[in-house]
Amino acid sequence: MVIHQNPDIDQIKGWLEEVKDPEIPVLSLLDMGVITRMEMSDEGKVTVHMTPTFVGCPAMEAMKKNVEEVLDKNGIRNKQVIISFEEPWSSDRLTEKGREALLKFGLAPPPKHGQVIDLDLLEHVECPYCHSKNTLLKSPFGPTLCRSLHYCDNCKQAFEQFKPV
Amino acid sequence: MKELAIKELLYKMADDLLILGHRNSEWTGIGPILEEDIAFSSMAQDKVGQSWALYKMLQVLGEQEPDTVAFTRNAPQFHSCKFVELPIGEYDFSLVRHFLFDTADLLRFDLLSRSSYTPLAQLATKIKGELKYHTMHANTWIKQLGSVEDEEAFQRMQYALDVALPFALGIFEEGPYEQSLADEKIFAGEVHLKSLWLEKIQETLSKTRLVLGDVSLISPELGGRYGQHTEFLQPLLDEMTEVFKVDPTAEW
Repeated sequence: MVIHQNPDIDQIKGWLEEVKDPEIPVLSLLDMGVITRMEMSDEGKVTVHMTPTFVGCPAMEAMKKNVEEVLDKNGIRNKQVIISFEEPWSSDRLTEKGREALLKFGLAPPPKHGQVIDLDLLEHVECPYCHSKNTLLKSPFGPTLCRSLHYCDNCKQAFEQFKPV
Repeated sequence: MKELAIKELLYKMADDLLILGHRNSEWTGIGPILEEDIAFSSMAQDKVGQSWALYKMLQVLGEQEPDTVAFTRNAPQFHSCKFVELPIGEYDFSLVRHFLFDTADLLRFDLLSRSSYTPLAQLATKIKGELKYHTMHANTWIKQLGSVEDEEAFQRMQYALDVALPFALGIFEEGPYEQSLADEKIFAGEVHLKSLWLEKIQETLSKTRLVLGDVSLISPELGGRYGQHTEFLQPLLDEMTEVFKVDPTAEW
């Protein structure tokens, strides 16, 4: 084990890059926007704040544990991971890097919506394979809470979108 | 007084979501088409998750932990409305209930997103975003099936709406602390919510051939908020808690 002397927040951020969404293993929790902020007290206590993508997300406990493990591994003993709705998650929290990772994974990234969501946002989602917008919404509910089902009439492929929330 | 009022509000909302979430999950594996099977299963997962978050908030206020609250109470201790405990019936009834209940719940959480009780306002903001997908789903089907040419399909939808309506009105049964909740700007109250709801469902129904009965002539199915339930709740609870009761102390 490596014991880091006085790590700063950026260093901790770097370590946490390795914690991925268990359901989308290419996407880090930081890029997903699930880690909302981090603090270090004068005594060196590290607090990581997290918020779930969906209230009923079954992966939340696993993510919290993964964050704690990474902090442990890097010698951070004095730590706390807090899950709250203080800053509720919205798909607008996804970073550009996160959006690219989704696309490579074959999931259409959610459009930025500024909290105005209507059916139009889901109707003609850009296909992650051929980039056509000649697509149809098949169902707003998919294999996980955060995905919807679509079909591309151009390349004749079914695909999923990370839902705008 | 204020804390009692908040607890009463949280309990009824959480119980509604837990029980309807369980009912929705009964469609898992038997939905009429795959997408609908997934839709009701996803909504079930959302609702049970939302109920958990509300029970968690109650725990902060001194109540027992979520699993204990969810799995060890009997029917008379539940504050859910009678509407949510009714069996899933045929798909027409489940769709109509989904439409009537979720329209009310989205409006409820929208009001609560401006609540003076901050933890609830924060959670409500989050839940509101999820519920939009539920009402979007419900409205799509109500508009399609409420306008079909096929007479049997239409009649079934109209019949389901007529059966559901008195129970749906029971959602808005007033609690003992309405005034206190309104004074404290925690929740605007069931009467206000009901008027918003009526306007909203009429807006959708007006795009269909379905006709809403005259609510001023219908007696709402009340009692659920005070622990009086239909014969359908206890069997649901027995099934839901069957595994938990094998070993209540088990670590999951």
